[in-house]
Amino acid sequence: MFSIPVFLQSFEPLFWAARYTLLISGLGIALGLVIGTLVCAARLSPYPVLRGFGGIWVSFLRGVPLLVQLLVFYYTLPVIGIDVPAIFAAVVTVGICASAYISEIWRGAIAALPRGQAEAAVAIGMTPRDVWMRVILPQAFTLSLPALVNELILLVKASSLVSVVGILELTRASQAQAATTFRPLEVYIAAACIYLAINLCLAALGRYLEHRTAV
Amino acid sequence: MQASAVDIRKVNKYYGPFHALKDVDLAIPPGKVTCLIGPSGSGKSTLLRCINFLEEYDSGEIRIDGQLIGYEAPGRKMSGRKLREMRRSIGMVFQQFNLWPHMTALGNVAEGLVRVRGLSKAEAQARAAEALAKVGLADKMGNHPARLSGGQQQRVAIARAIAMEPRLMLFDEPTSALDPELVGEVLNVMKTLAGEGMTMVVVTHEMGFAAHVADQVAFMEKGELVGVDSPGRILHHPEDPRIQGFLRTYHERNSF
Ligand SMILES: Nc1ncnc2c1ncn2[C@@H]1O[C@H](COP(=O)(O)OP(=O)(O)OP(=O)(O)O)[C@@H](O)[C@H]1O
Ligand SMILES: [Mg+2]
Repeated sequence: MFSIPVFLQSFEPLFWAARYTLLISGLGIALGLVIGTLVCAARLSPYPVLRGFGGIWVSFLRGVPLLVQLLVFYYTLPVIGIDVPAIFAAVVTVGICASAYISEIWRGAIAALPRGQAEAAVAIGMTPRDVWMRVILPQAFTLSLPALVNELILLVKASSLVSVVGILELTRASQAQAATTFRPLEVYIAAACIYLAINLCLAALGRYLEHRTAV
Repeated sequence: MQASAVDIRKVNKYYGPFHALKDVDLAIPPGKVTCLIGPSGSGKSTLLRCINFLEEYDSGEIRIDGQLIGYEAPGRKMSGRKLREMRRSIGMVFQQFNLWPHMTALGNVAEGLVRVRGLSKAEAQARAAEALAKVGLADKMGNHPARLSGGQQQRVAIARAIAMEPRLMLFDEPTSALDPELVGEVLNVMKTLAGEGMTMVVVTHEMGFAAHVADQVAFMEKGELVGVDSPGRILHHPEDPRIQGFLRTYHERNSF
């Protein structure tokens, strides 16, 4: 039978583990935003070499499962003599993987803007920098917010994969907990509740930002 | 004879293999209105956009007040900085308005004054407000474009251009995207500008405007400038059979 006390007791150790989930997805998206922006800039640049590099980056990272990327990254580093904590490898891999999706989100938002808006700015003599900073990016950012929040929610869920490199995040912790207590049902439902709570908060944040930046 | 505001000489433009402008010659007199007419696809927009180098021409010369635009010398591109300086004094109004939807009407007009002319925000806003009042939108300054009618949006776009105090204004079918009842308000603003002695080049399908406001009308077809003359002679007594044919189609389409 489902035991409410056991269910409630499962939360405490899981909260600890959930901090890793949040840390990895939070740092992952931050890193993904930085790299993704650079990759998007490369893909939109006038230089064929950069464009090609950006294109390969995106297709490679979108074409290989995150799980495999994690394992490759984690086992390659020691081979080439780099010794880093598992958590570092996890954040970097998640961030790099997210960068491919984020660069595509940016690119889509930028492409969705009518070309004439930039032309009007160029026609009055604005510098390319001002055209980007004042006309294109503010709108592209607003346009891409829903997709970015969506990506963050996906990352929170995908962060369960980093358990393969031995990090005790939420999913891995619930497995351990279930194994020691022999109460898998209560434990996993508790874990599900925590994931859901995190993602509902993120969705609410997304709606708030969207509302605030809407014209 | 007075020097031209814009002097277009033997301009050619290719899109890949497609010859879009063929040896176009045209002189735009200062303080006058020149209308550019012709069938769809004849190269009117292309020619207009070459004047501020939004479109690069491949050969020939376009001079603004005597200064070559886009090139330092034939075949050698002008620096971005110098080109931007020249564009500052050329206003452009587009068929699709091309306002920036994330800024208010006032913001749209003030933006160039701050970024390009380097005015303080307060001064830019004061001048922007003046320009908006001039096009009859003093009471809509705080509206975003989405909250304005098409005619009002186009008037904001005109205000955005004239606030920069250009010497020359280019209009690319400024009323073609408007509902018929909104065309008048935009044409009236343009007439006022013309009355103040602004040099204007207007691509238009509004033959009424061409007939009444233009000082000269140029007719284009298939990338060629077929003829340029007074509106009376081009619109009422055209000699070239291509112009006659175009006007016949125009009258048939507009009679009911
Ligand atoms: N970026 C481009 N690439 C290829 N061809 C183009 C491009 N822009 C215009 N053209 C072609 O050049 C020709 C002239 O186009 P343009 O837009 O100047 O015509 P227009 O006289 O302004 O026509 P409309 O009255 O329909 O606006 C057309 O045949 C068009 O298909
Ligand atoms: Mg056109």
